[in-house]
Amino acid sequence: MKYAGELLWPGQLGHLFILISFVASILATIAYFKSANAKNPQDANGWKQFGRLCFGIDVFSVFSVFSLIFFIVATHRFEYFYAWNHSEKALSVKYLLSCIWEGQEGSFLLWTMWHCVLGLVLMRTSKRWEAPVMTVLSFAQACLATMIIGLYVFGSKVGSNPFLLLRELGMLDNAPAFKDIETGALRADYLTLVNDGSGLNQLLQNYWMVIHPPILFLGFASTIVPFAFAIAGLWKKEYGGWTKIALPWSLFSAAVLGIGIMLGAIWAYESLTFGGYWAWDPVENASFVPWLILVAGLHTQVIYNSTGHSLRPTYFFYILTFLLILYSTFLTRSGILGDTSVHAFTDLGMNFQLMAFMAVFGIPALVLYILRFKNIPHIKKEESSYSREFWMFIGSLVLFLSAIFIIAATSLPVFNKIFDKKWTIGEDAEFGYNRIQIFVAILLGLLTAVSQHLKYKNTSREYFIKKIGIPTILSILVAGSISVFGNIHYDKYGLGFLAAIHLALFSAVYAVIANAAYIWTGLKGKLAVAGASVAHVGFGLFLVGVLISSSKKETLSQNTTIALPFDPKSKENPMENQTLFQGIRTDLGKYRTTFENGDSTDKSGKITYFKILFEKKSNNDSFYLYPNLIRNSKGQQGFSNNPDAKHFWNKDIFTYISYADKLDRDKDTSKFYQHPLSAGDTVFYSSGYIILDSVVINPRNDKYQYKPTDTALMASLTVVSKDSVRYKARPLFAYKANKGVEKVLDTVISQNLAISFDRVMSNEKIVISVKESSNLVPFVALKVLEFPFIRLVWLGTLIMMIGFGMSIIRRIKLVQNKLAD
Amino acid sequence: MKRSHIIILVFFAITIAVLISMMGNLSTYETIASAKQKEGKTVTIIAKLDNDHPIEFDPQKNPNYTSFHITDTLGNKAKVVYYYEKPYDMEKAERLVISGKMNGDVFEIRKKDGILIKCPSKYKDDPKAASNNLNQTSH
Repeated sequence: MKYAGELLWPGQLGHLFILISFVASILATIAYFKSANAKNPQDANGWKQFGRLCFGIDVFSVFSVFSLIFFIVATHRFEYFYAWNHSEKALSVKYLLSCIWEGQEGSFLLWTMWHCVLGLVLMRTSKRWEAPVMTVLSFAQACLATMIIGLYVFGSKVGSNPFLLLRELGMLDNAPAFKDIETGALRADYLTLVNDGSGLNQLLQNYWMVIHPPILFLGFASTIVPFAFAIAGLWKKEYGGWTKIALPWSLFSAAVLGIGIMLGAIWAYESLTFGGYWAWDPVENASFVPWLILVAGLHTQVIYNSTGHSLRPTYFFYILTFLLILYSTFLTRSGILGDTSVHAFTDLGMNFQLMAFMAVFGIPALVLYILRFKNIPHIKKEESSYSREFWMFIGSLVLFLSAIFIIAATSLPVFNKIFDKKWTIGEDAEFGYNRIQIFVAILLGLLTAVSQHLKYKNTSREYFIKKIGIPTILSILVAGSISVFGNIHYDKYGLGFLAAIHLALFSAVYAVIANAAYIWTGLKGKLAVAGASVAHVGFGLFLVGVLISSSKKETLSQNTTIALPFDPKSKENPMENQTLFQGIRTDLGKYRTTFENGDSTDKSGKITYFKILFEKKSNNDSFYLYPNLIRNSKGQQGFSNNPDAKHFWNKDIFTYISYADKLDRDKDTSKFYQHPLSAGDTVFYSSGYIILDSVVINPRNDKYQYKPTDTALMASLTVVSKDSVRYKARPLFAYKANKGVEKVLDTVISQNLAISFDRVMSNEKIVISVKESSNLVPFVALKVLEFPFIRLVWLGTLIMMIGFGMSIIRRIKLVQNKLAD
Repeated sequence: MKRSHIIILVFFAITIAVLISMMGNLSTYETIASAKQKEGKTVTIIAKLDNDHPIEFDPQKNPNYTSFHITDTLGNKAKVVYYYEKPYDMEKAERLVISGKMNGDVFEIRKKDGILIKCPSKYKDDPKAASNNLNQTSH
């Protein structure tokens, strides 16, 4: 049967390319494998050429698939489920890409695309390592291709094809409107009835969400490179041969994954309302844990390159990093986190496939590691405790253990499933993590501060004390004064935790100062080699920012006015919201706030802004914040709230709408009653009457400004209440050539009246509608938080990433020089 | 034995100790009946909104008090008090995951994130909700 208006070739071609990409990556895997194992160089080269060709075909196919999906989404071909489910016509162009990675299939595709790019670079740069490394990468490509292949093998579904049609998915089966009345089959012209897509999730319509997924997935994808080098080393029994050439890759991967995670944190801070940038949500943890292990591996790799120690743990960390990436893919996409996370994907029916993905990499990699473990070179002699490598290794160990804690807690739903238990982190999940990670922060801060001042192999005690002495004293002074004058009294969890915060603060400050000092005393100011120090300064600053902004976070909207005398425990209750009635200045901690209006919307009408004036009590500084409500997409009713923040150099004032009466406007059951009136007529309402004084054409007054050429009518009404108080009401009815009819409602708040000018009748009468309602005064319940020094978190991250960048450049140069020799 | 090996062992001992203590602090998924047995202990309940009672939330008077009723998987019912604003879309929740303490007959939640709303098709591709949506748009 043919259906009118369907464009089928992009889907068929797309699916064909998926199949080609699968076959090509399998062939590339085989060819590269043969090349890596070939005895004579000629064979090796022949297979390598064939591998390259196959991988090239894979790259071409993957990018074709992506282009076709983009084409389908961009041209609004709603016969395709993917376009219909993730986009809509009104969506602005910049979010078209977000539509693609909103779905599971698109995000898998993003991952393979980055693999393609990485593969092309590896082909050019990895020389004799190309064959084994590309074998691993090509195999991963084949596995990822199966995720979007959408075939049924022996009755079970393999992968989810992004090119399926709406009708193929049975989406239209329960919709009688799409059926032919006589035959009950789908109407041939059904597509004319699908007017629009269901749209992109409103919270993802944020520019951070355009860049966060690609960068995070580049981070995800790039972890395969250190893994592949490690596997290649074990496979080819050239255990230590790859660590120098792979170092820029490890650095790159850690940097990009780190940026990706932090961009997600910024997005969460800007568009979610848990009041912060990190909530230890399982989805966040799932990408943070591999990063921690990757950084641990990075340090042991550097140790090995300089001293020959720590090669075994390096293998272990890189294998584990990649396996954890696969595990986190399983966690976030299997639906298993349903009861613990707010933003995991739901089950796509591919759980077996996701587990198989872990197994096909995990089992061979671990078996190979265990078999070759004894042969991996290591130094029998112990590291001196005055050596840099010793403390760096301890640092890696701390990172690793920190990761173990986080992943253990995150994996509770998995344990529950396996062992049939019912464990959960409980009421205060964040503290459950924080009380352990605060000690990790203390240790890492100290280690970061001290280690750089030690030399590899051995350091004389005098030299070390001379170098570390001044930074230590300086840090004690700085951290001490922050502790004493900084008003950090976070005693919610007891004095022990408060003491730990102060200790961690010292550690963090120490890390900043000691590493900054090292750039001058240790490196004599040579910035070209200071990448690590810069990154460590950034890490320290980041920690300082995290500690201060969290421990001094303050709820300005703390509600002290409503104490419930009948509830003896009411003091314990968090009272974090304040209700603000429109136009009424309300006291809010250090500020006086006024809710000015909640009427303005953006161009599409989907976002409603609430204008809130903040006036500081101490110096009368004032500013506006515009927290807003976004109408939900995907055919759901209701709104999502979207915070706004004012950024000062030393703090953010962050606010969002906890409730607005606007949310329930449509539920207001009172109705408008229509009354045809001539000038001078009267209408009664429950506590008085309304007189129509006159109808003014193109009014020009304090409220409206119309020109004589316009077509606007204003009804001038007088409302007289029971107690003879008179009020003015001036609803408006206007006609604009391009906009049509515009009506402006007027309200008499003290009388709970809303009056609108409905239409003009032919007999010099007009129709006025009157509504009486109890909740006419608009109000919002607001939460306002202050985050002191939150900029340090972003600044620290930025500096850390600059440090990574500097290291990458230096390490690439070293590799190139070595190759040139 | 090498010093670094000793340190590794010590660290792992600490890790295991902390993990065990973490286990001690874990709470469990309970039903209303079993939560009543553990009054004063933090527990987590997975339940549905009981639509026989309306959600109580009057932000004009107090924006920091929401109360509602739940039915758990065994059909038991309880009143829940949440000391924050009513979560958006709560009415549409098909499932609620709530963490708090039983206090007499009332389940109290004192943490903002002590309530997790599972709405049909919020972050996901739910074919059922999607096809309903199609149904609506076609009219």
